[in-house]
Amino acid sequence: MDIATFCAWLEAQPFAVAILQSLWLFPTIESVHVVAITLVVGSIAMVDLRLLGFRKDLPVATLTQQILPFTWAAFAIALLSGLLLFSSQATLYYGNAPFRFKLLLLALAGLNMLVFHGISYRDVAHWGDKDIPPLPARFAGGISLVTWISIVFLGRWIAFV
Amino acid sequence: MMIFSDFATWLSETELSREIGSALWVVPFVQSLHILAIAAIMASAWLLSFRLIGFSGRTQTIAAAYARLAPWIWRALIVLLATGVILIIGEPARELNNYVFFIKMGLLAAAIALTATLQWVLRHNAAGWDLLQDPPAAAKALAVLQLTLWVAIAVAGRWIAYV
Repeated sequence: MDIATFCAWLEAQPFAVAILQSLWLFPTIESVHVVAITLVVGSIAMVDLRLLGFRKDLPVATLTQQILPFTWAAFAIALLSGLLLFSSQATLYYGNAPFRFKLLLLALAGLNMLVFHGISYRDVAHWGDKDIPPLPARFAGGISLVTWISIVFLGRWIAFV
Repeated sequence: MMIFSDFATWLSETELSREIGSALWVVPFVQSLHILAIAAIMASAWLLSFRLIGFSGRTQTIAAAYARLAPWIWRALIVLLATGVILIIGEPARELNNYVFFIKMGLLAAAIALTATLQWVLRHNAAGWDLLQDPPAAAKALAVLQLTLWVAIAVAGRWIAYV
């Protein structure tokens, strides 16, 4: 099954049709999506800024332990709501350039995060509480910040293209 | 309301309004900045509320959490005001002729008042609260209200487009 066929199948499903045809269902799911995204971006920005060396008042490990579970929960909601929104007009969205670019950047953000947690973060105990983190960590923080900000801009662009 | 409708019409005919509306990229760009500022507030407000309720962040005192996060809310509000004004000038009728926008502004006033009050109370009472295992039920209720208000503002903002 190719993507075009999958999109056509998806948007023909009863739940997808319901979302498209309802006056309030799409706006409601979209509102959930937007709030979830703001929570993801806002919380990740806190971690990224700390990784970049700003506001060294909290140790990195403490900050990430406090915030990242929250970020993950918000991301799960953003993902689920996003899938529902996508399903309502899958073909249209798949053909939308900003949307595809947004997916690409999401993948990049995910990859960056995997590399960070798998490699750079491993020796966080040795970073020293008040110091600027090592270069790989700063790099990861910078990429994350730029990627997520771009995702917000692309998300907004979807409706304007 | 006629007065806002008249003002919206007047605004839409100004040079500035036409300029903002003339380049297709301006409104989505400014809206995106608006959303980024919302992200700063939303994450800060939720984390503050969670700390107050006791869900997370218990390694820090409530006072320390507010001292660390609340300033970001105030800074972000400045960005929201600036971007919001630009958006209204660019598309006056979209906001000023829409009752949802005014509901949003009312919720915003309430959220600002509540967050500012909580911050003020904490500055004077923090020691007492942090000595307790859990803050008083009233404080937790206000934390939930704080969180709810900020979410309601964002939702109202999205619904402007649909009403």
